[in-house]
Amino acid sequence: MDERETILKDGVWASLERRNIPRRSFLRFCSVMAGALALPASYTTRIVHALETTTRPALVWLEFQDCAGNTESALRSSHPTFADIVLDLLSWNYHETVMAPSGKAAEKSLQDTITQQRGKYLAVVEGSIPTGDNGVYCTIGGRSAIDIAQQVCTNAFATIAVGTCASFGGIPAAGGGVTGALGVSQAIPGLKLINLSGCPMNGANLAATLVHYLTFKELPATDALNRPLFAHGDRIHDDCPRRAHYDAGEFVQEWGDEGHRDGWCLYKMGCKGPATNYNCPRIQWNDATNWPIGVGHGCVGCAQPQFWDTMTPFYHALPNVGGFGVEVTAEQVGIGAVATVAALSAIHATGTIIKKQVTKRKDGQAVSPGQVLPQAASASVEVPTEDGSQPAQQETSKEEGTSI
Amino acid sequence: MTRIAIDPVTRIEGHLRIEVEVQDGQVTDAWSSGTMFRGIELILRGRDPRDAWVFAQRICGVCTTVHALASVRAVEDALGITIPDNARLIRNLIASSQLVQDHVIHFYHLHALDWVDVTLALKADPGATSTLAQSISTYPKSSRTYFKGVQDRLNAFVNSGHLGLFANGYWGHPAYQLPPEANLLAVAHYLEALDWQRDFIRIHAVLGGKNPHPQSYLVGGMATALNLDNESTINADRLSLLSQLIQRGQDFISQVYIPDVLAIGSFYKNWAKIGAGLGNYFAYGDYPTDTQNNPDTYFFPGGMILGKDLTSILPIDQNQVTEYVTHSWYNYNEGDRAALHPWKGETTPNYTGPQPPYEFLNTDGKYSWLKSPRYNDHAMEVGPLARMLIAYARGKPYVTQPVNAVLRQLNVDASALFSTLGRIAARAIEAQVMVNQLPLWLQQLEDNIARGDLTIHENAHWDPSTWPSESLGWGHHEAPRGSLGHWVHVKDGKIENYQAVVPTTWNAGPRDARGQRGAYEASLLGTPVANPEQPVEILRTVHSFDPCLACAVHVVDPRGREYANIQVV
Repeated sequence: MDERETILKDGVWASLERRNIPRRSFLRFCSVMAGALALPASYTTRIVHALETTTRPALVWLEFQDCAGNTESALRSSHPTFADIVLDLLSWNYHETVMAPSGKAAEKSLQDTITQQRGKYLAVVEGSIPTGDNGVYCTIGGRSAIDIAQQVCTNAFATIAVGTCASFGGIPAAGGGVTGALGVSQAIPGLKLINLSGCPMNGANLAATLVHYLTFKELPATDALNRPLFAHGDRIHDDCPRRAHYDAGEFVQEWGDEGHRDGWCLYKMGCKGPATNYNCPRIQWNDATNWPIGVGHGCVGCAQPQFWDTMTPFYHALPNVGGFGVEVTAEQVGIGAVATVAALSAIHATGTIIKKQVTKRKDGQAVSPGQVLPQAASASVEVPTEDGSQPAQQETSKEEGTSI
Repeated sequence: MTRIAIDPVTRIEGHLRIEVEVQDGQVTDAWSSGTMFRGIELILRGRDPRDAWVFAQRICGVCTTVHALASVRAVEDALGITIPDNARLIRNLIASSQLVQDHVIHFYHLHALDWVDVTLALKADPGATSTLAQSISTYPKSSRTYFKGVQDRLNAFVNSGHLGLFANGYWGHPAYQLPPEANLLAVAHYLEALDWQRDFIRIHAVLGGKNPHPQSYLVGGMATALNLDNESTINADRLSLLSQLIQRGQDFISQVYIPDVLAIGSFYKNWAKIGAGLGNYFAYGDYPTDTQNNPDTYFFPGGMILGKDLTSILPIDQNQVTEYVTHSWYNYNEGDRAALHPWKGETTPNYTGPQPPYEFLNTDGKYSWLKSPRYNDHAMEVGPLARMLIAYARGKPYVTQPVNAVLRQLNVDASALFSTLGRIAARAIEAQVMVNQLPLWLQQLEDNIARGDLTIHENAHWDPSTWPSESLGWGHHEAPRGSLGHWVHVKDGKIENYQAVVPTTWNAGPRDARGQRGAYEASLLGTPVANPEQPVEILRTVHSFDPCLACAVHVVDPRGREYANIQVV
C-alpha cells in the first residue's frame, strides 16, 4: 500500500468518502478554513494534507461555572460539523455534556488522557473558575474546579478558553458576584492558552482554531488579550454592513420606526459595535444565516472583557460622539465609552490580517482584562517533540503584514 | 447496603451529583445535589431592568432564550406593558422552535446512550436495519447502503482505538435490550439529529440573530424589524426560509423522532413501571394565543395534578410558590425551616458541606446549591410529562389524540405515563404538537404583515421616566424542561431584587423542612441496579427529566428584605 492509499484509508477524507461527500466539497471546506483563518490561499493544500493525515490528537473539554452555551455553539459548527470533529478529526475524550460514561467511568476517561497523552492533548475550558472559599462554588466528583483545571491544563499541550467566562471571568465575575470567579489565564497564570471569547464564542471560530492546530500543530496568532487575531482583529463597527448609515447620519431613533425598518444604524439604540472586536459581521452565525445587528438589535459587546459592567446599560448610546461621518469619530466613540476596551479596539483596528502564524507572548504571564501588554518582538513557535515531552523552541520570523 | 455517588452525572447541562443507597439490587434512598453556584441574581441587582434579559439568558445556554423570555415578561408585568401581537408571535416562534430542537437533542444526544448500545450496532445487518427502518417510517434515508455507510464509519472509528466520547460507556450491560439493528438505526439517527438540530435552529438566527443566546428581545416587544423589501429586516426571503426550516422540522419529528421513540420504547416497556416518583404535576401554562396574556387562552393549559389523579385538575396561583433552604447551602433570617415566596426571597450562601476533595456529602444536613421549591407545600414534578398530563386530562384534542395513539401503539394504558418511559413519550409527543403549531404562528405573522401591521414594540414605556417608582412583576414560561418563573422588584428605575425559580430546581431540589423528597429523589426509589459500578438504570430515570443544573442554581439578595407596602402593578 503506498502512502497515498494509507492516507485515503485512515484520514478524514476516507471517512468523508464513506459518507459520499465529494472530494471537491472537502477541498472547498479546506479553502473556506484558510479564508476563515485569513491565511493565503496557498495554505489550502497544507490544510488538506493535515486533515487527511490527522492521527486524531486528544482533546478534553472541561465545564466549570458555565451555561454550556459554548458547548451548544460547538454543536452548531459546520464545515466541519461537530460529528466530523468528534469522529474524524480529534479524539474527543472528555466532555460532560455529551460523553457516554458518568461518575467514576467518566473520571477514568479524563485521567487516562492525562496519563497517556501528557503534554500532547488540548484542554478546552468552558466557564469561569471560582476561587473563593476553597473552591466550594464548583465541584465535580468531589474535586474543586481549580484543582481539576490545575491538573488538566498544566499537563496539556495548550488550553483553549471558550467563551467570555473562561476567557475573562464573564458573568460570574461581573459586579455583584461573590464566588471569586476568574478566567482560566487569571486562575492559572503561565499556561499556553488562547481565549475564544464571545458570549458564546462562535462555533465557526472554534472549528477554525482546531483546524489551525491540526495543520500547524500550534495555536493561531493572538492579540494582547490572547484572542485569535483572525476572529478578534477587527472592530464590528468597521465591518458592519450598516456602517454607511452611520456615516450618513441615519440612525434608528425608536424600535420599529421607519429607520429600523430600513436597516439603519443602531448606534443610538445602544449598539456597542464601535467598542467591540469580533468577526460577527463577516462569518455571522448558524451557517452564516444572520447576526444580532442583522436582526435589528445592537451589539452588546460580548467578546470584550468585563462587558457585563463596561457595556451596560446596554441601551445607552456610547457617549462622547462629536458628530458622525468620519472614522476618527468612531474611534472617539470607543475611547469615551470604555477607555481600556476602546484603547485595545483602536490598536486592533489598525492591525491588518495576520499572514502567517506567529507566537503570542512567551512568558505566559496572565493578561489581566484591560491590561495592554506588548507582543513579543520576535516570534517563536512551540512544537511538541515526538515523545510529547518538553516542548522544543523553534525560532520563526514574522511575515510582513503582521502587525500589532 | 451500598452507597454510590454518581458525579459528574454527564449528558446533562451543568453539575449534578446523585448519591443513592442500594440494597438487594434496588435503590432504597436517593439524594440529588447541584454542585455549582454562580449568583447571577445578585449580579442583576442595581441594573437597568431593560438589560435583565441579557443577563438572565446566560443562566443557561442549553435552554437558551427561555430565561430571556421569562425575564422580559417579568419586567413587562412590573411596568404594566402589553406587547404587540407581532412580538407575541415572534416570541412564540422562538420559544416553540427552542422546545422542539431541545427535545430532539435530549433524546438523541443526551438520553439515547442509556438505551442504545453503540458497540452492538457493529453487529447489525445493514439490510435488516433497512427493513426495520422502512417498516416504521417513510424517512428517505433508509437504504441498506446508507446503513452500511454508517456502520463503516463507526467501524473505522472503533478500529482507530480512540473511542473518544464513547470510551468507558456501560456497553454490554444487561439492561441494554435492543437488537443490533435497532442500535444501528439509533446510531444513524444520532448523527442525523446532529445535522438536523444545527439546521432547524437557524430559525433563531433569522428571528434572534444567533443561537445560542438569541439577541432580539426587548422589554416591550422585539427588535426584529419587519419589512418585506429590506435585506436587513424580516423580509420575504427570511419568511420563506422560516417556512422551509419549519417544514424540515415537521418532517424530522414525524419521520424520525416519533418512530424512533416508539420503536425503542417497545423494547423497554418495563420502564413504564419504573420511575414514577411524586405523582404530583404542575404547569403554569404558556404560549398565549392573544396579546392579553390570559391564562385561559394559553395553548398549553396550566394546572396541577396531585397523587396521579387525572380526574381533577386544580387551579394554580403563583402566590403559592415558596422555596425552602433546609437542605441547601443557604441561610434564612427566619431559620432553616422557613419557606419564602420569591418576592420575599432571601439567600445567604452558607456552604457547610465537606471541603473538596470529598467522597460523600453529609445528606443529613445541607447538601445542595439548589433550593427546594414547593407549591402550597407540595413537592412537584414539572416538564413535558406534567404539561401533557394536564392538557390530556383537560381534554385538549391536540394532545389527547397523539397521547392515545402512542398508548395504543405501545399497547399500554394511561397509567404507563407515570414513569421514566412516560417522560420520554410525553417529550416526543410535545415536540410533535409544538412543531405542528409553528406554521400557524408563522402564518399569523405573515397575515399581520400583509395587513400592514409592522408594530414590534410598545414604545410608550421604554423611557424610565414613564415607570412607577416602585413595582413588582412576575413572568413565566413553559420551557422545554418545565415551568419557569422570574420575579422582579423594580425601584427607582433599577432592579432592587430578582429571582428565578426554574424547572430543574423543582425537579432536582433536595428535601424540604418536612423531609419531603424532590422529584428526582422520589423517582429513584425502587430503581433496579444490576451493577453499582455501572449505574445505567439510575441514569435512565435521572435523564428522563432532562436535567439542567446551570438553570437550577441561583441566589437572591443575601441580606434579605421585606417588601411591605409595595403596590403590585
